[in-house]
Formats: sequence, structure tokens, C-alpha cells
Amino acid sequence: MDMPTAWPLWRMLALALALLLGLAFAQPVLAQADPDREAATAVGGVSPDTWRLVRSGEVGPNFRDSRADSTYNLINASGQSWRQLRNRWVSPFGLIAVGGIIVVISLFYVIVGRMDLSQPRTGRKLLRWSLFVRSIHWTVATLFIVLALSGLNLLYGKFVFRPLFGDAVWGAMISASKVAHNYLGPLFGILLVVLLARLLKHNWPKRHDLSWFRLGGGMIGKGHPDAGFANGGEKMWFWILATAGLAVVASGFVLDFPNYGQSRDTMQWANIIHAVGALGLTAVALGHAYIGSIGSEGSLEGMTTGYVDETWAKDHHNLWYEEVKDQVIPEEQLAAGRPATQGGDEAASRPG
Amino acid sequence: MAQMKFMCDAERCIECNGCVTACKNANDVEWGIQRRRVVTLDDGEPGEISISVACMHCDDAPCMAVCPTDCFYKTDDGIVLHDKDLCIGCGYCLYACPFGAPQFPKQNAFGERGKMDKCTFCAGGPAESKEEEYEKYGANRIADGKLPLCAEMCSTKALLAGDAQTVADIFRQRVVQRGHADGGWSGNPRADADNLAYDATRQG
Repeated sequence: MDMPTAWPLWRMLALALALLLGLAFAQPVLAQADPDREAATAVGGVSPDTWRLVRSGEVGPNFRDSRADSTYNLINASGQSWRQLRNRWVSPFGLIAVGGIIVVISLFYVIVGRMDLSQPRTGRKLLRWSLFVRSIHWTVATLFIVLALSGLNLLYGKFVFRPLFGDAVWGAMISASKVAHNYLGPLFGILLVVLLARLLKHNWPKRHDLSWFRLGGGMIGKGHPDAGFANGGEKMWFWILATAGLAVVASGFVLDFPNYGQSRDTMQWANIIHAVGALGLTAVALGHAYIGSIGSEGSLEGMTTGYVDETWAKDHHNLWYEEVKDQVIPEEQLAAGRPATQGGDEAASRPG
Repeated sequence: MAQMKFMCDAERCIECNGCVTACKNANDVEWGIQRRRVVTLDDGEPGEISISVACMHCDDAPCMAVCPTDCFYKTDDGIVLHDKDLCIGCGYCLYACPFGAPQFPKQNAFGERGKMDKCTFCAGGPAESKEEEYEKYGANRIADGKLPLCAEMCSTKALLAGDAQTVADIFRQRVVQRGHADGGWSGNPRADADNLAYDATRQG
């Protein structure tokens, strides 16, 4: 009689065990299927202010980055702006500026041609540029050309030379461009400052420079407008170099020396200033090179030999000529190896 | 073809930095470079979250768009890789990258940064031999049919890697199961310190 009573007990125990086991297995499934329960233990999360801070690019006090030396936010908020500025604005408009100037100069040369001296040469010479200024000028000019070409290659080269020459040549080319740009850039900057300091005294703006511009440097109307040692155009070029030029040099230093730990944002801005300024300078420099060489008769010899013809001085720098006309020397004297003892850029008694 | 993507589930990331370590180990990453980083927002405050960040292999990659040497390329799997032989270390990719992924072994005067290094989605890079590839870029697990080690080793499966569609499906499933509308990401504007467990599905 014991057995019938024992059976239900054993069966009940087995049933209880099965139920328990079943519940234990079913538990996670039940929990997953119960969103309220999950939500009750969910964490509220970061405040909108923190997300705003992330977007702003600034780093809050409770921001942590597992990269030891990192100064970065979660998102580089200004990176996209930099990309758009560089690729959508600087790159195409730089090409338009530099290419446009080349087209304008070519057309000008074909249509108007060289600006000749108004009178025949007198054969008497005036010292205009000292050896020191000429050396610095040509060094700066050479460096400028190297920097402009390597810089243009860094901006546009990949569209032209990579498909043209293939990876091996392109790799060497772009690597050389970067090394040349980074090592010669600072040298250019230092020499540019020396040149600007040396020529500053000739380039203070004067009242007669206004009329020089009004007459288009002599292109509008007859004859040449008044000009001292430096004419209005030369002064303009000087001040472009003294402002935009120095900005390009300064921003170049920011980009060239990452060892000082300047931030990514600083370098983005430096890059935009550098590119805009340098492309503008390249465009204007092409004009300067044209006027100083094939654009006007007798100009280039001033910067190569140091001497200009009396007629040239009278034409282009009448006020300077009036001051120094007693210092003219016959070209036979120069040919005999006896240079002028006075004059040149050093000696201008009255600046401007 | 797959479109490979990373996704970090901020609700799950516990800031253990296992992904960082796994990556360094798998790819034998150069000293001083850490291809993956873990960012923590509101650290120490209620509701702090952490996110593991590396190269996100963008569809429209800014690094590719600004590189002067054009050294970046996209594989058929949507992985953004770069050629260290072409890289000149100019740093432009770093200026443009939204995630701070590109890093340089050096930071010396005259812009001497060395060759850029970044996450390759464990897909190596262009090289003549397997040894050279490992030396320059690290492991090529994708070629072996494996996913990036950071995601494979993530202890909470916060970091997901794989085809964008698969990753999105897994994440969507999680969001549904969590039961609040913005379960994917924290930052519910209506949640405040007194009500950390705010349930957005209840609309009010």
C-alpha cells in the first residue's frame, strides 16, 4: 500500500524539477522579449550638450581618448569644411587665376607687344641694382619658381602626371616635390625678408603713385607718369610680397614644423591661407616676370648687369633720373671694367 | 560584392580597450601608433558612453579626395587602403579625416612625418610579397576569409565588422529588442538624470 502514495510524490518531484529546469532555460528568452524590462535597466545616455560639444570640435572636461597623446575630439568637425574649401574653391579658382594670367599675358604680348623705349639709347648707363640686391633677387626668384612648381604639383600633379607617367615616376616626382618644398621653403622665407627689408626705403607710397595707377602705368594716354626709384607698379608688387608673401611664409612655417604640436585645426587654416596666398602670388609673379623681361625694353638688364640705360631711366623713373643724372657713366667705361662708384639702390637720397 | 563597415554599439562598449590591443597585436603596429582608439563621453558621469573609433572606410572618403599623391584606393569590398610607397607624409589625410584615423610615425621639423599608417580593416595593402605586406600594413585577414581582429575579439560584441547589410541587420535586431526608439544610440533629449530609464516608445 506504500507504493501508491509514494508514486505521486516522486512524480510531483520530477514534475517540479522539470518545471524549474524549463523556467531556467526559458528565463533569458522571456527577458529578451520584454522590452519594458530592458528599458528599465537601460542607461539614459549622453546629454545633448555633450553631442553639441562633439560637433563643435571642442573637448569637454570628461572626454577621454585612449590614445595617449591625442588632442582629437570624437569627430573632426572642421575636416569637411577644409576639404570643401580646398577641393571646391582653392583648387579650381587657383587654376583659373594662374591659367587666366598666362592667357592674358600671352594675348597682351601678341596684340600690344613689347613696350619699347621712347628714344634711342644714349649709351650712358646708370647703376640701378647693387650686386647684393641682384644676388638676393635671383636666389629668391629661383626658389620661388621651384616652390611654385612643386606646390602646383602637390595641388594638381595627380590629375596630370600620375596617369601620364605611372606610379614609379609619379612617386619619385611627388616625393621630390614635397622634400624640395619643405626644405627650400624656409630658406625662401628668410631671403624674402632680407630682400623686403633692403628695398623698403624705396617703396613707401607717394602721392605721384596715385596718378601712376590712374594712367595705368603709362598705358593710358601719352607719355610716362611720374615715378621715383620705384614706380607705382613696383611698389604694389613690393607690398603684395610684404603682406600676402609674408602670410604665405608664416603659414608655411606652421605647416612645415609639426614638431611644435600645433593643432589639426590650426594646420587646416594655415593650409588654406598658404594655398590661396601662394596661388595669388604665382599669378602676380607671372605678370612681374613678363614686365621685367620681354614685356618692356631695357628692364631686364637692370637686374642682370645692374645698369640701365639713361633713356630707360628717363622713361620709367623720371623723378629718380632727375636726381641721379649726374652719375651716368659711358658704357665704354663699364666695358673697360671700371664700374660706377656711386648710385644704385643703396644711394637713393630721397626715398620713393 | 560586400561593403565592409565597422559599427560600434555604444550601449555595449565597456571601454576595455581590447580592440586596441587586438589590433596592435594582429597588425604588429609600430610603436607610438594606435590604429584604434576608444573615446569616452561624459566619463564618470551617469550615462557615460564609450565608442571605439578607427578608419571607418567611408564611401566618399575625404582622405582619398585630398591626397596629393592619390595613394588611396578602395577595394571591391569597400575597404579604403593606401600605398605606402606613394605616401609622402604630407598630413592632408589627417586634416580631412572625420575620425582622426591617419597617424604618422614621426612628427619632425620640415614636415618629416614618415609614411601614414591607419586601420586597413585587416586587409593589408599593396606589396610584392606576403612578408612585405605584413611588414608595411600588418595582417591580411580578409584574404584568409577572416574579419578584423578588433571586432572578432570584442568581449561584449559592441564592435561589429563585416558587410554593411549584415552589421545593420544585427544592430537593428538589437534596437528592436532593447525596446526604445533610439536604442541604437544614447542621447535621448527627453531623458534626464532623474529618469535615466526613460522609455521612448511610450511617447510621453
